[in-house]
Amino acid sequence: MTAASPAGYIGRSVPRREDRRLLLGQGSYVADLVLPGMVHAAFARSQLAHARIVSVDFARALAEPGAVFALGGAELAREMPPIGGMQVTAPKGWAERVDHRITLPPQNLMASDRVRYVGEAFAVVCADSRYAAEDAVEAIDAGFEPLPAVVDPEAASAPDAAVIHPDLGTNAVAELHVEKGDVAAAMASAPHRIRRRIRHHRYAAMPLECRGVAAEYDRRTDSLTVWSSTQVVHWVRKELAFALGMAEEKIRVLAPDVGGGFGGKGHVYPEDLIIPWLARRIGRPVRWVEDRHEHILNAAHSRDNIHDAEIGFDDTGRILAFRDDFIVDSGAYSPVGAGVAYNTTAHLLGPYHIENFAGGTVVAITNKTPNAPYRGAGRPEAVQVTERLMDIVADTLGMEPADVRLRNMIGPERMPYDVGLPYRDGVPMTYDSGDYPASLRRAIDEIGGIEAFRERQEKARAEGRWLGLGLGCYTEGTGVGPFEGATVKVDASGKIVVSTGACPIGQGHETVFAQVTADAWNVPIEDVVVLLADTSTLTMGYGSIASRSTVTSSMAIGDASDKVKAKVLAVAAHLLEASEADLELRDGRVAVKGVPDMAVSLREIAAAAAPGWLSRRPEGSEAGLEATSYYEPPTVTWAYASNAAIVEIEPDTGRVRIERYVEVHDAGRLVNPGLADGQVKGGLVQGLGGALYESIEYDEAGQLLTGSFADYLLPTAAETPPIEVVHMETPTPLNPLGVKGLGEGGAIAPPVVIANAVTDALKPFGVEFNTLPIRWQDVRAAFDS
Amino acid sequence: MTAKRSVTVTVNGETRTGEAEPRMLLSDFLRDTLGLTGTHVGCEHGICGACTVHVDGEAARSCLMLAVQADGAEIETVEGLADGETLHRLQQLFSKHRALQCGFCTPGMLMTALDLVRHRPNLTEAEIRSGMAAVLCRCTGYEGIVHAVAEYASGGER
Amino acid sequence: MKPPRFDYHAPESLDEALDLLADSGPDARILAGGQSLVPALNFRLARPSVLIDINGVAELAGIEDAGERLVIGATTRQRAIETSETVARRVPLLHEATRYVAHLPIRTRGTLGGSVANADPAAEDPAVAAALEATMVCRSRRGERRIAAAGFFIDVLTTALEPDEMLIAVEFPGIPDGAGAAFAEISRRDGDFALAGVAAQIAISNGRVADARIAACGVGPAPLRFRDAEDALLDSACGPEAIEAACDAVAASSDPHDDVHASAAYRRQLAAAMARRALNGARARAGGAA
Repeated sequence: MTAASPAGYIGRSVPRREDRRLLLGQGSYVADLVLPGMVHAAFARSQLAHARIVSVDFARALAEPGAVFALGGAELAREMPPIGGMQVTAPKGWAERVDHRITLPPQNLMASDRVRYVGEAFAVVCADSRYAAEDAVEAIDAGFEPLPAVVDPEAASAPDAAVIHPDLGTNAVAELHVEKGDVAAAMASAPHRIRRRIRHHRYAAMPLECRGVAAEYDRRTDSLTVWSSTQVVHWVRKELAFALGMAEEKIRVLAPDVGGGFGGKGHVYPEDLIIPWLARRIGRPVRWVEDRHEHILNAAHSRDNIHDAEIGFDDTGRILAFRDDFIVDSGAYSPVGAGVAYNTTAHLLGPYHIENFAGGTVVAITNKTPNAPYRGAGRPEAVQVTERLMDIVADTLGMEPADVRLRNMIGPERMPYDVGLPYRDGVPMTYDSGDYPASLRRAIDEIGGIEAFRERQEKARAEGRWLGLGLGCYTEGTGVGPFEGATVKVDASGKIVVSTGACPIGQGHETVFAQVTADAWNVPIEDVVVLLADTSTLTMGYGSIASRSTVTSSMAIGDASDKVKAKVLAVAAHLLEASEADLELRDGRVAVKGVPDMAVSLREIAAAAAPGWLSRRPEGSEAGLEATSYYEPPTVTWAYASNAAIVEIEPDTGRVRIERYVEVHDAGRLVNPGLADGQVKGGLVQGLGGALYESIEYDEAGQLLTGSFADYLLPTAAETPPIEVVHMETPTPLNPLGVKGLGEGGAIAPPVVIANAVTDALKPFGVEFNTLPIRWQDVRAAFDS
Repeated sequence: MTAKRSVTVTVNGETRTGEAEPRMLLSDFLRDTLGLTGTHVGCEHGICGACTVHVDGEAARSCLMLAVQADGAEIETVEGLADGETLHRLQQLFSKHRALQCGFCTPGMLMTALDLVRHRPNLTEAEIRSGMAAVLCRCTGYEGIVHAVAEYASGGER
Repeated sequence: MKPPRFDYHAPESLDEALDLLADSGPDARILAGGQSLVPALNFRLARPSVLIDINGVAELAGIEDAGERLVIGATTRQRAIETSETVARRVPLLHEATRYVAHLPIRTRGTLGGSVANADPAAEDPAVAAALEATMVCRSRRGERRIAAAGFFIDVLTTALEPDEMLIAVEFPGIPDGAGAAFAEISRRDGDFALAGVAAQIAISNGRVADARIAACGVGPAPLRFRDAEDALLDSACGPEAIEAACDAVAASSDPHDDVHASAAYRRQLAAAMARRALNGARARAGGAA
């Protein structure tokens, strides 16, 4: 890839290409698509957490006005296989280093013999309108025989528990263990040891646009077009091709404008396969637009861990040993395997040098909605554990929490730093670049300094006001493989046309990749066309999950651009009768260096390179200006951040008010600082939501108690404090742009930062907040303790 | 009386007529019957605010009104804000302050902010935050939205 | 989340509406502002056979100053109450509480009568009605009943209205000279239903509390009026000790429930906390303090 960026778009807050259509109300989301002859699908979803399906009768449903078609899960299971092999396989380097036992529960597209969570679909109806489809769903006569609901993940993994997937023989579907050093010996000899149970609750991505799928089947060409509100169009196509027995090239999957995803739309869901199947089966276009109640019931939830952690340390606060055994409540299925669980383990050590470590994991199946990645994807859970422990160590020793962290932090002089564990891509974890202590010091400075705060805190306490300071640091593997693709071409108009597997969900990809491409080609950004989230524009792609697109798509665009630029220069040299070494590409033209009048435009070069009678390309050269590259990153780049927040607690209500929140974030070089800032801040507010407001709650029978926006509480502008983000920009050496991923980072730290701040505020009462979310009632109760 | 009825509304200055079952929500009437899909549906129980439009000059949730109730009403939607190719000043400020990412809440944000600013002069930041709490955004963290509304409110254009 | 089918009527006069209500049977529902009913329809939790939309009944909307009382028509929008100078002056407690009702775009459509007749225990308007001993003017084809707040709110979403009866207006007593009123509420988020909300109005005469009215939402199956707390204040100088005694009485008389948002015990604490804020606010606004 060209190192220099003469056009200079990278690093500038270029305005977004996306804004105009979205502001005008001219965006196009799945729910906006109207296809001729379209019918509307609605699913019948279980109202019981665990039950055997005794009967499903559609006679009344099909008699409803407007009903067109109805089908049960058992019939569908005869037509289509269970949802296919999922994302997370075990790369060799990982499998050799991590003790593991992983079995994936098979997931039929709809429940066929038993339902395993409230909200699981067991039948689908198509009708002339969504209203009529819902009428018909209500008219389905279904009989169920209730089975005991397994709700508690610890009880679920006990030997005597009722087994939710009888074929597997256990609810503990995965067990992982990884270790470095000698944790037993180091723990035994440590001068101080503490153990804590730390719980991260269940919450969810909750994009403002629910999911949706529309599909149209063309009988003449035996081809399908599918629109899905997804982050992974190529993955959807792959599963569809398998499930329907069709060639991939006969299926086009597009994600139109997508109203947020945050990982919640980052894997293939049953509806992605069922709706296209229905379109083919019925012979009419089918659209399903998930409603909010369905979304909360059925779209993946996330987090939901119980950790038993132990840490050994000396009198100076140096951590000698760290052990964490945790259980993941996976819900009824395991959509992405044990990937999130291991991601938690991999992030437990954070920015600290800890020689002896052991991490053990059990993934437990329960009668709840499946658990899958959501912004942070295992990291918030890890960071909650480690960063609570740092504060508890400090409290035990009477030290400042900042000093314990700085005592253990990996300094910049140790970069690159070998962590001693494998990452989930199988490659040994190596922190690539950064200055962790500088970032923490900066965060403390920005919040006003520790000493100044302690003075203020003491004075406030004397006045009956309760202030607390919370810190939180993390590292974050970003830009993970296995690959991303890009096709770059110069079309007949002379425009640079770029397509890549990234699927935007609001980040501003069209803008960011236009910047990257314009710099790679040294052309005005207006000359770049960016095509995204459409399988017809790229043979193989991966998608936008795991903070990876800016890294992986940019590299693929760069590689493909280099190949096409070589062709451009060869053709231009031929046309100009000059040596390639004497040519330069600038402003959409190739000119002889120092002789700007001797130039040909990209449009002329494209015409010359085209096949046919008018071609003027060099003899023997390949026609066309087009290339595809698949970038396979060597491993992840490591972003990191330090957070500091000040809270004030109302003693009469326990209400936690966030006075200030600072994050010092380093994701390497920023392509578009304004958009990067927006990603981090948006993530931070999701983290604050998880800290204080958002929680998915079930009762003992496995009934969801938070099935509406009146009970699942997203933070509003009024709850959101002013947020300050400082960007450090330490480039990664792993790619020529020096970029790291940043989509998830913001969401990782706030829950533990607020937990630490609240604990600090209430230190005189000796209460620790080791369970999320922080509930005002528990804060209020501390005053009575 | 469950049969479809004719509903006539003036939308963004244009008189439009369509058929609606009594149970049809105004949001669906605007989107599906009149094709005005700029108004988005995010929860259908009045919490998220994405579907907010102006009914007779005041912001209201279109998912909490029946289409038949809007018969004879003046409705403004996001599609009516721009003047030809020129974005409304608030739309421009949303772009300037990066007040949108995925764009799904944006129509509701714009319509809510316009009513809020018109309804209550001299808004403080706290009042803007409370007023804009009527609409949920999952992407931006609200900072850009608050700044855009604050600049709009201070600009004298009411 | 689409409503089930129903018959729909939009009467243009009260008599027509009452006839429809009488003739439509017990499954009929009145549609006022719709800000609670339409969500329930969308979830298909409410399944009325008939909806009687009273938004077109002109005589039901309006704010009338009737001397000692302020008569507010049932379909008067909460937004109109919020922006009414008359309400602000005559029933400041209602005016202040209205700002806590959800958000402006909800108040655009939401009505006082709808909120009172719906009797959500966490809603603000019923608590104000309970505190001020408002009179609910109820009409049916059989005639009119005037029901005091104490007899109107019975249980969760349950009032004294008969199936053929409609709330047509709420009459609030105007605030006496020298009295002060305040509403205090805590909710999970801005605009959410109250975890606890307390409406208080205190009249102080010659340095002594001559009248005290305290009611709460969110802490019982219906809006609760706290006579014990009022008694604790009456004839006192409304000092900190009397206010604390009143707050204790509020907590003791609350009858809260557990849910995902708050435990009953916590709601009880919040009732006292909000009572303290409301009483301090009302006292500060009252004239005639010692």
